Amino acid sequence: MFYRIKNYYSKSADPAPLVVFRIFFGIMMLISIIRFWNNGWIKSLYIDPGFHFTYYGFGWVKDFGEYTYLLFLICAISSLLVAIGYRYRISIIIFFLSFTYIELIDKTTYLNHYYSISVLSFLLCFLPLNAKFSLDNYIKNRSYKTVPKWTVDSIKLLLFIIYFYAGIAKINSDWLLNAMPLSIWLPSKYDLPVIGESFMQYEWVHFLMSWGGMFYDLLIPFLLLYKRTRVFGFILVVFFHSFTKILFPIGMFPYIMIICSLIFFDTKTHKKIISLFKIVTNYLNNKVLIKRKIHNTREFLRLRKYNALIIVLFFIFQIIFPFRYFVYPGELFWNEQGYRFSWRVMLIEKRGYSNFKIVDSVSKKFFYVQNEDFLTDYQNKQMSFQPDFILQYAHYLGDHFSKQGHKNIQVFVDSHVALNGRDSKRFIDPNTDLYNQTESFKHKNWILPLKDEIKGF
Amino acid sequence: MKQRVFLIVFILYLSCSKSSENVDEVEQVNTEQTIQGNQTTSETTSTTVGTSTAPSPAPTFDRESMLIFWADSIIVPAYQNFNTDLLILSESVNAFASNPSEVNLDLVRSNWITSYKSWQHIEMFNIGMAEEIFYINRMNVYPLNVSRVENNISSSDFEIEHPNDYPAQGFPALDYLLFGIGSNDSEILEKFNSENSSYLMYLVIITNKMVELTNIVINDWPSYRDVFIASTENTATSSINKLTNDFIYYYEKGFRANKIGIPAGVFSADELPELVEAYYKKDISKTLALEAINAISAFFKGQAYNDENTTGNSFKTYLEFLQTTKDGNPLGQLIIDQFEIAKNSINELNDDFTIQIQNDNLQMLLTYDHIQVAVVLMKVDMLQALNINVDYIDADGD
Repeated sequence: MFYRIKNYYSKSADPAPLVVFRIFFGIMMLISIIRFWNNGWIKSLYIDPGFHFTYYGFGWVKDFGEYTYLLFLICAISSLLVAIGYRYRISIIIFFLSFTYIELIDKTTYLNHYYSISVLSFLLCFLPLNAKFSLDNYIKNRSYKTVPKWTVDSIKLLLFIIYFYAGIAKINSDWLLNAMPLSIWLPSKYDLPVIGESFMQYEWVHFLMSWGGMFYDLLIPFLLLYKRTRVFGFILVVFFHSFTKILFPIGMFPYIMIICSLIFFDTKTHKKIISLFKIVTNYLNNKVLIKRKIHNTREFLRLRKYNALIIVLFFIFQIIFPFRYFVYPGELFWNEQGYRFSWRVMLIEKRGYSNFKIVDSVSKKFFYVQNEDFLTDYQNKQMSFQPDFILQYAHYLGDHFSKQGHKNIQVFVDSHVALNGRDSKRFIDPNTDLYNQTESFKHKNWILPLKDEIKGF
Repeated sequence: MKQRVFLIVFILYLSCSKSSENVDEVEQVNTEQTIQGNQTTSETTSTTVGTSTAPSPAPTFDRESMLIFWADSIIVPAYQNFNTDLLILSESVNAFASNPSEVNLDLVRSNWITSYKSWQHIEMFNIGMAEEIFYINRMNVYPLNVSRVENNISSSDFEIEHPNDYPAQGFPALDYLLFGIGSNDSEILEKFNSENSSYLMYLVIITNKMVELTNIVINDWPSYRDVFIASTENTATSSINKLTNDFIYYYEKGFRANKIGIPAGVFSADELPELVEAYYKKDISKTLALEAINAISAFFKGQAYNDENTTGNSFKTYLEFLQTTKDGNPLGQLIIDQFEIAKNSINELNDDFTIQIQNDNLQMLLTYDHIQVAVVLMKVDMLQALNINVDYIDADGD
C-alpha cells in the first residue's frame, strides 16, 4: 500500500495540461474581473453599502472605500501574470489572497462559484503551473519536460469533488420528488424564444431537468475521467453549461467550468492547444522580443515536502467540510447551518421578509426599522432569509440605536420565509432578543423549525 | 490508479452512509407538496397534428391580456378621470385668482379634495413617463417642506424644478396654501387678497405645474401603451415585473408606511401625527386612505376603473392560474380578504388621523398590523409563486 502510494507520488507527467489550465484560468479570471468592474458591481456591492455582512471570524475584513478598485486592479493584474506565467508563484498567491479578500468583504454576494475560484486558486499556489511555456522559463532560462503526475491529478480531484458533491446535494426530496425549485424557476422563463411558452411549462420537463441535473453532476466526473467517454462527457459539459447560461444569470461560471474540464483531456490534446498559443507567442518572439532559447530543460521531480502535505490536508478538508451540517439539528435548507461552502448549487428558492423591532426594555416603547435606511436592496433581500445575516444585522441595529442615545435596547424580528414553494412561515422566534444573542458555530435555537422534512442529503 | 481506488472507496462510503434511508422515506413527502405550475386544468385541448402520445399544449397565462387590461381598463381611465378632476380644480383656482372670494376658495378646496381622492388611484403606477419625470415625487410628497414653500413665496422664487422643491409642491403644497397659511378662513383669505399676493401666485403656479406634469404623463400613454403591453417578459425592465414591484412598493411605502405607519410612530420612538397625509385639512386623512385601499384592491382583483363589474386578468387570476395556495386557501383570495380587513380597520378610525393618533394610537397600530399581514403575503408568497424579484440585483445568481 505504502509502496503504491509512493510509486504514484513519484510518477511523472507532461506539464502541458497544467500549462493550458494556467493560461485559460488566468484569462478567464481577468475577463471575470473586467466584467465585474464594467458592470459597476465594485461600487454597488462593495463601496456603496454602509455596512457589510461579514463571515464569522472575519469581521476585520473591510472594504477600502474608493481604494477597493485598487484591490480589484491587483487581482486583475495578478490573473494576467498567472496567464503569462510571470513570477507565477507570487502572482497566484496574490491572486488567491486578493480574490479571497474581496469575497470575504461581504457574504451577501456569496456564490459557490466564487468559492470554487478561491479554493482552486489556493490549490494552484502549490502546483508548478509555470513548468513550461511561461515567461518564467525565459527569465530563469529553465523549463521542465515533466511534472509529478499527481499535480495534474489534484486539479482533477478538486473538480471531481465540486461536481460530485453538487450531485449528492441534489439527492433530496425537494429536488427529485417535487422538482423544486426548478418548477418555480423554469415556468418563469416563459419569455425564452421557442421553448419558453411550451417546454418550460411542462411538469415533466421540470422533473426531467431535476433528475438530469443530478445525474449529470454525479456522472460527469467519471465520464471525463475515462478516456472512452471523455469526448462525450465534454460535449455534455458544454451543452449543460450553455443551457444553464441561457436559463439563469450565472455570469462567467459556465465558461469557467467548461474551460476547467479540459484538464481531463490527455497530453496530446493539450499540446495541440499549446501549438495554437504558439502562433501568437512565436510572432511575439520573432517580432517583439529578441529571439531567446531556453537551454536548460529538465525534469521536475517533486515539490517541497510541506507543499505536498498542505495539499493532502486541503483535500481532507474539502472532503469532510461539506458534511458539517450533520452536526446541526433541524432542516439544512431552512436553518442554513452548514449550507455554504458545500457545493449546494441552485437548490433553494427562498424568500423572506424581516422587519426589525427596536424595544426599550424598561419603558416598553418600540419602533420598527426601515431596512432600506441601512441596507442595499440586495443585502435586504439576502438578509431576510438567512439567520446569520439576521443576527449580525440585529447587532448592527442595536449598536446604531445605542449610539443614537436609545437606552435598554432589545432587538426583535418579525420574520417570515417561504422555502421551495412552501407557504411562508414565521422564521425567527419573535420573542428572542437578538441583541442578546451572539454568533457562534453552535446551533441557533431561535430559528423556528420548518415543520417539514426534506429527505436526503 | 491509486486515485481511482480512493475515489471508489469514497463513493461507496457516501452511498452507504445515507442513501438507503432516502428511498423508503421520500415517498410520503410527495403527497404533501403542492407543486406549483402543475397544471392539470381542463383547458388542455388535444393536438391534431401529433401522434397519440403528443403532449397537450403547455398551459399558459395570457400575460399580454393582463397588461392590456391594466393599461386600457385601469391605468388610462384612472389617469383620465384624475385629469378631468384636476382641470376642474385648475379652473377653480383661476377663478379664485381673479376673484379671491370665500365662495371661490370653498370651491377650490372641494375640488382639491376630489382630485386628491382620484389621485389615490394612480400613485401606484410609477412607470413610463411618470417614472421618468418623477411625477409621483412632484405630486404627493409629504410632509411638506413648509420653510421651503415660505421661502419660495417670500422670495417670489417660483422656479420649482429643483429636486429640493419636490416637497414644496403638489397636493401637500395646496393643502398648506388652502388650509394652513392662516389659523382661520379670514386669515387665509387675507393672505390671498393682499396686493400682488405671492401666495396666490404660488397657488396658481403649483396648480399649473400639476396640470402640466399630468399632461406630460397622459399624452405619453398612447405611444407608451404599445411598449407597455408588449413587454411581457420576466426581466428587470419588463412591464409586468416593474408594475408588480411598483404595486408592492406602493402598498408598503406609499400606503402602509406614509399613510399609517410613520404618523403612528411605527418607525420612530414617538408618534408623529404631523406627518399624516393632508395634515392641514386634517379630517380627510381617513378618506384618502380608504380611497387608496380601494384602488389597491381593485387593481389586485382586476376590476375596471369605470366599472367594477368588468374584470380582467390580474394578480388574482395569475395566482389562480398558478394554483398558489397558503394553508390550503387560494393565496389571491387571502390577500383580497386581508385588504378587506385592513379597510374595515381603517373605517374604524377617526376621520382625522392626527386626532386618532393623539387619542388612541393603539387603533392606528392595529390597523398597521392588519395592513402588514398582506405585505408578507405579497412579498414572500406571491412573489415566490410569480418568481418575480422584489428588487433587481445586478449580480450573478448561483
